[in-house]
Amino acid sequence: MSPDGAIDVAVDRVALGAARTARRARSGKRLLVHASLIAAIALIAFPLYYAFVISTQSLTEVTSVPPRLTPSWHLWENYLTAWSRAKLGRLLFNSFVMAVGIAVGKITISILSAFAIVYFDFRGKQVVFWMIFVTLMLPVPVRIMSTYEVISTLGWIDSYQGLTVPLMASATATFLFRQFYQTVPDSLAEAAQLDGAGPMRFLWSFLLPLSWANVAALFVILFIYGWNEYLWPLMVTNSEEMRTVVVGIEKLVPRGGGEIPEWNVIMAAAMMALLPPVAVILLMQRWFVQGLIESEK
Amino acid sequence: MKRSVFRNRGLPYLLVLPQVVVTLVFFFWPAFGSLRLALYRSSPFGDRLMFTGLDNFTRLLGSGDYLESVLNSFVFASAVTFGGLAASLGLAVLANQKIRGLALYRTALLWPYGIAPAVAGIIWLFIFHPSYGILPFVLSAVASIQFNWLLKGWIAMLMIVTAAVWKQLGYNIAFFLAGLQAIPTSVLEAAQVDGADPVRRFWRVVFPLLSPITFFLFVLNMVFSFFETFGLVHAVTQGGPGHATEILVYKAYNDGFVNQQLGTSAAQSVILMVVVIGLTMLQFRYAEKKVTY
Repeated sequence: MSPDGAIDVAVDRVALGAARTARRARSGKRLLVHASLIAAIALIAFPLYYAFVISTQSLTEVTSVPPRLTPSWHLWENYLTAWSRAKLGRLLFNSFVMAVGIAVGKITISILSAFAIVYFDFRGKQVVFWMIFVTLMLPVPVRIMSTYEVISTLGWIDSYQGLTVPLMASATATFLFRQFYQTVPDSLAEAAQLDGAGPMRFLWSFLLPLSWANVAALFVILFIYGWNEYLWPLMVTNSEEMRTVVVGIEKLVPRGGGEIPEWNVIMAAAMMALLPPVAVILLMQRWFVQGLIESEK
Repeated sequence: MKRSVFRNRGLPYLLVLPQVVVTLVFFFWPAFGSLRLALYRSSPFGDRLMFTGLDNFTRLLGSGDYLESVLNSFVFASAVTFGGLAASLGLAVLANQKIRGLALYRTALLWPYGIAPAVAGIIWLFIFHPSYGILPFVLSAVASIQFNWLLKGWIAMLMIVTAAVWKQLGYNIAFFLAGLQAIPTSVLEAAQVDGADPVRRFWRVVFPLLSPITFFLFVLNMVFSFFETFGLVHAVTQGGPGHATEILVYKAYNDGFVNQQLGTSAAQSVILMVVVIGLTMLQFRYAEKKVTY
């Protein structure tokens, strides 16, 4: 064996050793990253776990000191009590109508106006564009009192159109579709015209099939927005029948002394109110992340 | 700009009609209503409105209650924004290490965004419950601290801040992660070759590259905490104890709907309008910057 060979082997060994140490250090670091992430996730998930646990306990268990952190056997009765006491079936239905109504309405209205702005030249286009833009600066809290006036003038208090139609104008959704249409090559429209397709035909059979990803992403975002909207349903509904679930829950929380707060029932209602939007995020995660990021561009 | 390819006289008007009608009826009409109403005051019997000019505004700006709610809003918004951004940047950096299971971790960090602020608040209301909540229990056992939000305003504020940060965490993380993943690995490798340690590498290289996203999230979280947290306050603290958690939007609602002072409430809406316009301008400065990148 030549001395060179021996040196080579020695060098290899040293290199191998160094690589092994580096790998070990790296895997140690990785383990640390995993551990801290899992700890953070546990911390973030704890309030939800705690709410769930409370929703399965009896009132004595809820009020026991020290607090009990394990589920108990009263899930069914608590959820039934919450369901009948807060008329949750009706409230969930209202929330569903509001969320889907706003999402579908906003998307439809925005597609139509973005299509007009991108594919047509018309007098007053700039005015329309700026009008849509200005709505960004007029969120619900900025027009509290006078909005109520408008809705009651129209006789829309306690109605589904009152819950949905006024929230259907949206600058962000219109701008999203406008931006998307601008990236569609002009040749597509020209080809459609050569095929003898009119504008509506073009929108329906050429443009829409291309926009499904945008539509799905936006739908998820708007569904969650509509489901969780609080101030609007609080303002435009008076009867308990027309409340949405997010607003209805507040009525279960007792104010001041007197009644014993049934936290197990409140938490059961909270679980049922948060389940649909959270499920939508989890099931449609891909669309959700895309929608989140694109609708803010 | 795209060439406009279709020729039709009436159709474009028909297409923008729904949006224009909704905008005019439900945005412009009430906004002008607020502007007009802000110049009036209800008569002592509440049966008619009297024109008082800018009186509502001067009264508001001289009122201790109003200034307190301005201060509350700023404390709340800054705590939610800075606390939330710091926590979510940290978590996003962690999740962005080249480890397995990124998609799973992201999902596990994202879901609280689906929870309505009001519902998140109710969950935290029980965690902070003076007699049965786990947090006061732990604090009294560990440090023998009386932790009762009904008695101490700052604890009530801490409670709604925590609920808001918790709810917004997933949203911020999604944006930071997208930003981190857009940073080319070559840049990071170059910094590594230069011998910068991970902490310096983060502050000198990664953080400046993230600054447009951070700025954008800053504006968005300010908007969120000013305008989208009404439900949180209404369902949880109702502005109390005292006025400790009365933020601007809640006060505007309460003065108008509960106390029936239409003019004062409208004047508050107008001031809020100025705040939104300011924040929107900020947001568009960000958009301009992004274009020049």
